[in-house]
Amino acid sequence: MHAIIKSQKITSMKRIFAAIIIMSTLYACGNQNGKPAAASATEEKKEGNGNPSYDPNRGEGKFKTVEVSGKLDAAMADNGFKVFSVKCSSCHKTTDEKLVGPGWKGVTVRNTAPWIMNFITNTDEMINKDPKAQALLEICLVRMPNQNLSDDDARNLYEFMRKNDGVK
Amino acid sequence: MSYQKLNIQILYSMKKTRYNAIAMASFALLLGVQACKPKNAGNAVSADAAAKAYVAPGKYDEYYNFVSGGFSGQMSVYGLPSGRLLKVVPIFSVNPENGWGYSEETKPMLNTSHGFVPWDDQHHLDLSQTNGEVDGRWIFANANNTPRVARVDLSTFHTAEILELPNSAGNHSSPFITENTEYVVAGTRFSVPPDDKNGDVPINTYKQNFKGTISFISVDKNNGNMDIAFQLQCPGVDFDLSHAGKGKSSGWFFFSCYNTEQANTLLEVNASKRDKDFIMAVNWKKAAELAKAGKGRKQAVKYASNRYDEKTHTATSTIKTEVTVMDVKDFPELVYFIPCPKSPHGCDVDPSGEYIVGSGKLAALIPVFSFDKIQKAIADKAFEGNYDGIPVIKYEAALYGEVKKPGLGPLHTEFDDKGNAYTTMFVSSEVVKWNVKDLKVLDRVATYYSPGHLMIPGGDSKKPSGKYLVAYNKITKDRFLPTGPELAQSAQLFDISGDKMQLVLDYPTIGEPHYAQGVAASVIRDRSVKFFKIENNNHPFVSKGEGTTKVVREGNKVHVYMTAIRSHLTPDNIEGIRVGDEVYFHVTNIEQDWDVPHGFAIKGATNAELLIMPGETSTLKWIPEKAAIVPFYCTDFCSALHQEMSGYVRVSPAGSSVPLSFSTGTNLPKSDSASKK
Repeated sequence: MHAIIKSQKITSMKRIFAAIIIMSTLYACGNQNGKPAAASATEEKKEGNGNPSYDPNRGEGKFKTVEVSGKLDAAMADNGFKVFSVKCSSCHKTTDEKLVGPGWKGVTVRNTAPWIMNFITNTDEMINKDPKAQALLEICLVRMPNQNLSDDDARNLYEFMRKNDGVK
Repeated sequence: MSYQKLNIQILYSMKKTRYNAIAMASFALLLGVQACKPKNAGNAVSADAAAKAYVAPGKYDEYYNFVSGGFSGQMSVYGLPSGRLLKVVPIFSVNPENGWGYSEETKPMLNTSHGFVPWDDQHHLDLSQTNGEVDGRWIFANANNTPRVARVDLSTFHTAEILELPNSAGNHSSPFITENTEYVVAGTRFSVPPDDKNGDVPINTYKQNFKGTISFISVDKNNGNMDIAFQLQCPGVDFDLSHAGKGKSSGWFFFSCYNTEQANTLLEVNASKRDKDFIMAVNWKKAAELAKAGKGRKQAVKYASNRYDEKTHTATSTIKTEVTVMDVKDFPELVYFIPCPKSPHGCDVDPSGEYIVGSGKLAALIPVFSFDKIQKAIADKAFEGNYDGIPVIKYEAALYGEVKKPGLGPLHTEFDDKGNAYTTMFVSSEVVKWNVKDLKVLDRVATYYSPGHLMIPGGDSKKPSGKYLVAYNKITKDRFLPTGPELAQSAQLFDISGDKMQLVLDYPTIGEPHYAQGVAASVIRDRSVKFFKIENNNHPFVSKGEGTTKVVREGNKVHVYMTAIRSHLTPDNIEGIRVGDEVYFHVTNIEQDWDVPHGFAIKGATNAELLIMPGETSTLKWIPEKAAIVPFYCTDFCSALHQEMSGYVRVSPAGSSVPLSFSTGTNLPKSDSASKK
């Protein structure tokens, strides 16, 4: 391992160094995905960041396309608010002010529906490979907890975010 | 071993004095008695042992191993073959590190008819079974001192229930189960006058006044809830261990007993006089039918039934006042005594259910009884007499055969999947493997030192595994680096897959292990709960989200509804608390992910801290003693900003007019401006 590192050029050493820092930051924040190494070995094989097939607008997770109407579904947004109150509001404000995590104002403008819904349901994998999620981690330094949202929870939350962003 | 004996003899024969000749003889005698006492701590291990116990980082063990904690009162969980300690489950002893017995929710679990009991002596464990095979749902644990039986839920590894036993004193032959976990039994080690009789009698009236009680505890198939179905009042003796029959013998239960002399003093001598004591055979199916038919007398007693509700995360203790007792003398064909040499300890039934092995700790042989012969002896009335009104079957009529010269001090026997039995020899410090059919000794291996119980995963079930055996040794001496006078007890793992047993690993354990259980990891692993769903949390003081946090005063009681999430507590500034208040911190961990507990500790708390699992609510009671600013914080390193997870309580003097207020993330303008003046 030493020999390999020594043979690298300075620039790639820097890159490795940066990678080590990121990895140790992730590590310092606790068990990366709550799974043992044995179980995550298969996941590591999948290419994430840097893989040309990775769609940074969609993120990684079960949601590929999300049907979103031009109008707000008020009932869904209300259910989303209930989930927000229990599972999200400790760390996120509905304004643009950062608390533990970023404020939610404008979140639906900055990100697509699948990206948001993948991030809030498949949190660990997204933080491990998604460039935008990783950039947020560098700012917030607390890994967003996986709050084990159901698919409906995620969709309702997205609707609440839309309402928060002024969709009527 | 014989080398060493030879060496010593040579050594002594060099000095031909009479004194040395005597010394030599006594040395030889000693060595003869301790024929298998190991001589060197390291010489019994072969080269591939390390590989056999090695579980690579990130890989799982093959077996869960549940080990009784003895005087620690708790149960430890190890992985096998690595011997890695995975968890200590608090059961009968308070555990300040996670608040067990200190939090308001768990205090009722340790309630008894004597009040709150913070400790016990936990000896034996039995995993729940279905059709004689380990099903991985629950594990039962006995408390020896203040007689109780506990049930631990193996989806949460949390003690779910503790049931006290009346008419008992020293709940030793417990908590062994029937083939489908219909019942857990609890036999008293110390006979005493029944609870409703005048106990103020001379101790030497043992024979007239003392009784031995066996409790049959029913287990609800669906939720595991335990109740005392009935008790059998038996002659006053010391019930030691027990095991249920299996297959054809599944309707019977077998209990070893000693002190059939009914001695009440210097038992070491006075309870070791008779050549044979007994194994008591109980037709429990018949007893259950009689109890259902309303037989027996209703006796007024007092005992606690404590249950933990996973939805409210709270335990409730109920004092019960009646139990059904059947005096076995009044019900013929219910109970029989089988003579068993000599002060039998282990009472173990082979996987087929045909052979019952009694391990007489003072006997020089191991008797094996036949279930078929016992049945025939009962049918033929092949009795040698009766003991306190109970028929005693003729020894030869029940005996299948004897294992001759197995070693010294046989204690416990477990079985493998190839028809072999393994018995620990306390005095000669070895495990002896013998064949159940022909009763021939096949192998013996030294242990370090003096093993009590041993464990083969599934070794007391219908389907034992044949891979590993663990001996739990009572003496440690030189096995580990010295740690002063008190040493950890040593466990030793043997590979038993071949003809010869092979020592693979030594590892220290917590407390003093007695009996243990093991099961393939797959039976339990996938059902393990990762967090509690916050939606299902029905705790009366839950905070589902920070919006619901608050501080409520009711007279001098103050309830703090608090949430914990990475990385802050809400509220984290609390004012208006007064000296003399009783403050209850009801902390809800609103994380919904695996392995993210939060802690809660407050300066000067005279009880303990809390460890709150994701989705759980726990309560710490705190009585502030003087006006001060008192910090509180999270004790479980949870994130990069864990050190920031803290807060303050302002305590004012009694009668102070500082208003009650609470907040997070708000610097009160008033305070700010006050400080700027």
